[in-house]
Amino acid sequence: MIDEKHIGALVSRHTVEVEAGRLRFFAKATGQTDPRYVTADAALPVPPTFLYCLEMDAPNPRALIELLDVDIGRVLHGEQSFTYYRMAYTGDRLRFETRIADIYTKKNGALEFVTCDTHVRNVAGEPVADLRSTIVVRNTEVP
Amino acid sequence: MPSRHHDEIAVGSELPRFTAPPLNRLTLALYAGASGDHNPIHVDIDFAKQAGMPDVFAHGMLSMAYLGRLLSNWVPQEAIRSFAVRFVAITHVGDAITCSGTVVGKDDATRTLRIEVNTRNQAGEIKLSGDAVVSLDS
Repeated sequence: MIDEKHIGALVSRHTVEVEAGRLRFFAKATGQTDPRYVTADAALPVPPTFLYCLEMDAPNPRALIELLDVDIGRVLHGEQSFTYYRMAYTGDRLRFETRIADIYTKKNGALEFVTCDTHVRNVAGEPVADLRSTIVVRNTEVP
Repeated sequence: MPSRHHDEIAVGSELPRFTAPPLNRLTLALYAGASGDHNPIHVDIDFAKQAGMPDVFAHGMLSMAYLGRLLSNWVPQEAIRSFAVRFVAITHVGDAITCSGTVVGKDDATRTLRIEVNTRNQAGEIKLSGDAVVSLDS
C-alpha cells in the first residue's frame, strides 16, 4: 500500500528551456505536419500536451516512482488534464513544480491511484498552465 | 486553417476526424525519445513481459498528442482553455487510432465551447475519452 503521508509532498521543482529541435522531433513522433509546429522562420509554440514532456525533464524523472517506492512496470497512466493560461514558445524558460495532491485505492487495494498537480510558470512568474496527472498502480494482472 | 467564430458553431458540430497510421514499434521508440518518457514498458518487450504484459504498448500521451492535433487542426491552439482525458484502455501495437471530437456544449455568456473527444482503434473500441474547452473570441 502506498503511504498516504505523501499527500502534499513536493515531487520535483525544475526550470527547463524550450528547444526548437526537441519540438520538431516531437512533431515528427506525433505525426504533426502543420507548418506552424515545424517551420523555422518563427518561434514554435509548445504543443498542447508537450508540457507533460517538459515536466518529465526534471533532473530525476523517476522522483515520484522512487518517492512512492513502486515498481514502474506496474504503473499505468490513468488520467491527464491541462488548464492553459498563456502560450509558451521556443526559447522560453519554464518553471515546473509538482506536488502529490491525492492518494487512494479502489477494488480493495487491487488498484492504487496517485494524483499529482504541476504548476508551470514563466520566468516572470506568470502562470502558463496547470497539469493534473493520475497514475494507477496495478497490484493484479491486467489483460 | 479557416477562421471560426463562436456564433457560427452549433452544438453537434463534428471536428474533422483522422486516423493515424497503425502503431508500430518504431512509432513507440520515436515517441519515447521525443517525449522523454523512457519507461521501458513501451519499448522493451522483455521488460513488458516481466511486468506481466503480453507485449509493449503505446504511451497514452501519444494518443493524447494525436487528440491535441485534432483540436489544433480545428482551432488555433491559443483558443484551447483546457484539455483532459481518461485513459480508458491500453492502446496496442497494430492499432490504427481514429481521433474524433464533437461540440457538446456552447456557453454564450463565457463564449466557450465544450468539445468531447475520443480515440478508437480499428475495432471501434474507445481507448481515450475526454473533453476540451475552447474560446474562439478572445
